[in-house]
Amino acid sequence: MSADPASLQARAGRSAPGLLAGALDSGVAEPVLEIRDLSLEFPVFGGAVCALGGVSLRVMPGEIVGVVGESGSGKSVTAMAALRLLPPGGHRITGGSLRLCGEDVLAASEARMREWRGRRAAMIFQEPMTALNPTRRIGDQLTGVLRAHHRLGRREALERAEALLRDMMIPDPDRVLRAYPFELSGGMRQRVMAAMAFSCDPALLIADEPTTALDVTVQRQVLQLLRFRARERGAAILFITHDMAVVSQFCDRVYVMYAGTVVEQGPTGQVLNAPRHPYTRGLLDGLPERAAPGSDLASIPGRVPDMRRPPQGCVFSDRCAFADDMCWRRPALEPLPGDDLQRRVACWHPLPPAPAAQALGDVQ
Amino acid sequence: MTAAVPGAPVLDAHEIHVRFPLARDWRGRAVRHAHALNGVSLQVRRGEAFGIVGESGCGKSTLAAVLMGLLKPSEGELRRLPRADGRPADVQIVFQDPQSSLDPRLPAWKVIIEPLVAAGRGSVDRAALRARAEVLARQVGLRPEQLGRYVHEFSGGQRQRIAIARALATEPDVIVLDEPTSALDISVQAQILNLLRELRRAHGLTYVLISHNVSVVRHLCDRVAVMYLGQVVEQGPAAQVLESPRHPYTRELLDAVPRLDRPWPEDELAPPAELPGNAVLPQGCFFRGRCPWATTGCDRPQVLLARPDAPLHAYRCHVAGTR
Repeated sequence: MSADPASLQARAGRSAPGLLAGALDSGVAEPVLEIRDLSLEFPVFGGAVCALGGVSLRVMPGEIVGVVGESGSGKSVTAMAALRLLPPGGHRITGGSLRLCGEDVLAASEARMREWRGRRAAMIFQEPMTALNPTRRIGDQLTGVLRAHHRLGRREALERAEALLRDMMIPDPDRVLRAYPFELSGGMRQRVMAAMAFSCDPALLIADEPTTALDVTVQRQVLQLLRFRARERGAAILFITHDMAVVSQFCDRVYVMYAGTVVEQGPTGQVLNAPRHPYTRGLLDGLPERAAPGSDLASIPGRVPDMRRPPQGCVFSDRCAFADDMCWRRPALEPLPGDDLQRRVACWHPLPPAPAAQALGDVQ
Repeated sequence: MTAAVPGAPVLDAHEIHVRFPLARDWRGRAVRHAHALNGVSLQVRRGEAFGIVGESGCGKSTLAAVLMGLLKPSEGELRRLPRADGRPADVQIVFQDPQSSLDPRLPAWKVIIEPLVAAGRGSVDRAALRARAEVLARQVGLRPEQLGRYVHEFSGGQRQRIAIARALATEPDVIVLDEPTSALDISVQAQILNLLRELRRAHGLTYVLISHNVSVVRHLCDRVAVMYLGQVVEQGPAAQVLESPRHPYTRELLDAVPRLDRPWPEDELAPPAELPGNAVLPQGCFFRGRCPWATTGCDRPQVLLARPDAPLHAYRCHVAGTR
């Protein structure tokens, strides 16, 4: 694609509107999670793997925000870092800031963090079998969380736990409270995890691939329940997934991550219907549901860069059909002229905004 | 697309039942069973891609093991069409997770030709075997010079290519693909699906594709069977079954698949509905307990039946035909 002079000019004179946009979309309310330019690396023998290279991400109260990307894109690391759950000696934060409900996560003491985890932000993991303690009954685990954060007697805590399970549409909470995790089905366990996450009324729920291990019918039930309860309580959700279709169902806004950076962000409908970053486009074109049966699927050539030596320029340039000399420099994640201010793309040669109608028409 | 290639059934499963013992009495006799397959009949014809969809626990993988000949059915019969040399049709399999299904202690080229040697058809000449592995590797898009490496040195997509090359080694009549792309990223999944389609066109392969991913099945398959609780509840041409499903379970399943163009209603809440246990089978129609259409007559066992208006499209429901 050739960059037309008008858009180049617009991009060159864009720093001031960019700042304005930042001020605008922060709005009045304080974000529940604000990550700015976070860089993080894992030391390995003879160097370091750069897991995050300047990620900025913001979740406003009550918002459902998706982070989508393939394995190794840094989406789970972002989620773990937000609650400071990464092993202390195993990673290095090399820059940026991380604020949970306005307070600095990186500077907080461990005791403070323990208080925040669960209360300000709770996490739902992919595999509830490993996240739940296999040797303790569900009731003990749920009341344990409740009593760690609130002054509650044993009986009160049990009543609260039962109400929480009932909120998660679990038909016989008494039986579930007495059960061990292995006695429950996958969908039930994920409902229990959700009940536990909601137990202290967090402002933010971080869900890391919560339904990847579930069947589609159960996935739908669990996701709809999560969304309903979150909306009801005004909790925000940061939803980590690799599944574009689930994002389209579930999220208000989406961040697309690739090789430790955000390459595109914006309202879900806009990003998925008219992607402007070639990588987002490539991901969507590779989905079999968007292709005619039996036709060739468009696949992205090449593979993810080796993050021990992260590329200096655009992280996607070596797989991108539009890459040229400009792509040796790293493009900033900025709004494009004429686009929604929420919408940002890190690309020197963004795709035209037009083919929205055509992209929609491709879907059966 | 090669829709419904006419051909003799390579695999012909007739009323297959598989039961696994759950508990035994003091003499070691099974007293309770998990009923994994409850009367599955299907035919896989030469040259077609046959898809099997269903949720976990519906018996997809048990059926794969039966088709492979790894598991003997408790009841029923699997007929495999004899080859020219008189031996029954050869079936190979590609598993979901190439990390755990390929031998970590063998270099890639030995992994690829291992089935050939195991079948006693490999030449004893090391150079000839290596050459055969290189031919196979080229077919699946691997570079022959990489074949000295071990499986862990390859990426997920490349490992799945090794698994496919391995399945091709004996020139099988049928390849069973058990969730071949579930462990892969989207962009790699697209590459592997393209490869599978390409190989099928080039070699006239027959596929049995087992997947919970409806769009993968729709993309690759000519015919589809939908399984629920060890039974085929609906079967027919992929386009018909997946675009205009008749059985209430197929409808529910397809409805739950998230699609880019069709958002779920915001305020719909459903209590958990899951596959019932298979230790005690329901009476009558297996789907009755979850079925929105359940009515009189559903307490009788249902048969998989094609209706006159669509002779290729069969479903196991007496109500669906009237809806």
